[in-house]
Amino acid sequence: MREDFKEILRLVRPGARVLDVGCADGSLLELLIREKGVDGQGLELSPAGVSACLARGLAVVQGDADHDLDDFPSRAFDYAILSDTLQSMRDPKHVLSELLRIAGRAVVSLPNFGHWRVRLSLLFRGRMPETPALPEPWWSTPNIHLCTLADFTDLCRALDLRIDACAALSAGRPARPIAPERALENWRSEQALFLLSRRVEPERGAVQRDLFGEPLTTPAVASRPRRRTSDTRAARARPG
Amino acid sequence: MTTVAEAATFDDASGGGTLKFPETRPLRLDSGAALAPLEVAYKTYGRLNTEKSNAILVCHALTGDQHAASRHPMTGKPGWWDRVIGPGLPLDPERYFIICSNVIGGCMGSTGPASIDPATGLTYALSFPVITIADMVRAQAMLIDALGIDSLFAVIGGSMGGMQVLQWAADFPEKLFSAVCIGAAARHSAQNIAFHEVGRQAIMADPDWRSGAYEQAGVRPEKGLAVARMAAHITYLSEAALQRKFGRELQRDGLSWGFDADFQVESYLRHQGTSFVDRFDANSYLYITRALDYFDLAASHGGVLAQAFARARHVRFCVLSFSSDWLYSTAESRNIVRALSAAGCRASFVEIETDKGHDAFFLDEPQLDTTLRGFFASAANLRGL
Repeated sequence: MREDFKEILRLVRPGARVLDVGCADGSLLELLIREKGVDGQGLELSPAGVSACLARGLAVVQGDADHDLDDFPSRAFDYAILSDTLQSMRDPKHVLSELLRIAGRAVVSLPNFGHWRVRLSLLFRGRMPETPALPEPWWSTPNIHLCTLADFTDLCRALDLRIDACAALSAGRPARPIAPERALENWRSEQALFLLSRRVEPERGAVQRDLFGEPLTTPAVASRPRRRTSDTRAARARPG
Repeated sequence: MTTVAEAATFDDASGGGTLKFPETRPLRLDSGAALAPLEVAYKTYGRLNTEKSNAILVCHALTGDQHAASRHPMTGKPGWWDRVIGPGLPLDPERYFIICSNVIGGCMGSTGPASIDPATGLTYALSFPVITIADMVRAQAMLIDALGIDSLFAVIGGSMGGMQVLQWAADFPEKLFSAVCIGAAARHSAQNIAFHEVGRQAIMADPDWRSGAYEQAGVRPEKGLAVARMAAHITYLSEAALQRKFGRELQRDGLSWGFDADFQVESYLRHQGTSFVDRFDANSYLYITRALDYFDLAASHGGVLAQAFARARHVRFCVLSFSSDWLYSTAESRNIVRALSAAGCRASFVEIETDKGHDAFFLDEPQLDTTLRGFFASAANLRGL
């Protein structure tokens, strides 16, 4: 299973209403429905993807985040998921804002342009980076709005969004919870997954949980990076 | 339901027939009038299972009829949807019990303006009451009741059939499990009404129309009806499809320097017109186009389309449009999907890429087949079929 899918699966509340924006063939939605009993809906641009979703019995609307999020009513979902796509949107700021109008929480993953490989590629080779997270050459990449972790956290602040949790992702390795504001993480993280919500009064009695289902003591940012030990791994296995 | 079943008589229960509702079971119309006695002509394909859970109602378009997958008795042509209904096809009669009925106001056996008015013993003609899409659906619901079916596995239709699907979701959601609306709209636009008005005026301008009483006079307004069909037919095709099919190709070598059908497209349209009058009634055309023009699902639900679907949250919807359909465009379908989302309904939407225009819904469109197959397979799974 893809590492980002594992993370998303861990953080989505059972039985929640989920919109997967750019749901491709619907494999994540299917996983969420099977494992978490969510009420899922997909948004997908490619006809092949839409057909595949329908064949899986998923509800899917053909469209893309740039144009069609406006059609969904406010607060129609508990979670809106946008995986590795924000950087290819025409208006990422609007899309991000729309995700959190439609859903109470957004799960957004994106490549980090501040990663050391990217920086070194520019610094020493003087060329646009081609890395595992950004494999396409500049002239064919769909990524037109790349950003670093620092840029993204700035945008969240500007939109008055709260980062409930953040984890660094890299291919084949388990996710690592991080504090995205830390300069070091901006060097180290190849990709990051954010759990976002609007900065509003937290629901009374509701316990804020991080990506790993653990109660958050400070509501602002995910807890300090933790060392992976067998203890924390066991704690993570608890259902969120 | 039992009373209806008792009151109704079948002349052919297996593959369809005409269901006759007596005077005591009138169809109440939106206009305030009532229609009695009422006849509903229908065809069925496949068998109803013992749980009565595999019934699919197919709603036909403006000039369609109940012969969705069987040879047309007048033209001898294959059914209008035999590409979709049949063994191994998305609507498989070996799996589903498929019902298609002629709409009221039609001219293929259901009560319409060409039926005999019991009050006068003459054809209704213009004394037939104006009907609506909701009236058509109410008559279908009477048929479904009479067939002993409490819940339809699916209701499906394209164009006007799609509007009936939406009306079903608004009026009888408790009888639906799933609904498929293809190339339709939730209301008739000014342009839609305008084209229909051209058609109606063509019919009424024909001296043989005789204010609708042509039957008694022993004539038929064939020229007017043919022109109506020609104008409408253009709206069913895209410019690209017309260009691809005909371009500026001529019928014969050289121009006639007159007003014969020089161009192939002219000849094609003339053929469409003349073959149509053999199978369709001019007054039916007036009544059904009127029903379409009156259709505005939002208006009948406080101006909010989502309100129409408020009771249909359990229904699985699939909305399909065609990229080159300018009669009922993708924007209209998106409008329906938006309302379904707002109402909290589970809706899927696909725009099928094609240059065939509005008529694509009964032409060879592999993506339509795959979409329908996927949707029905998963819905059937959930329904335990």
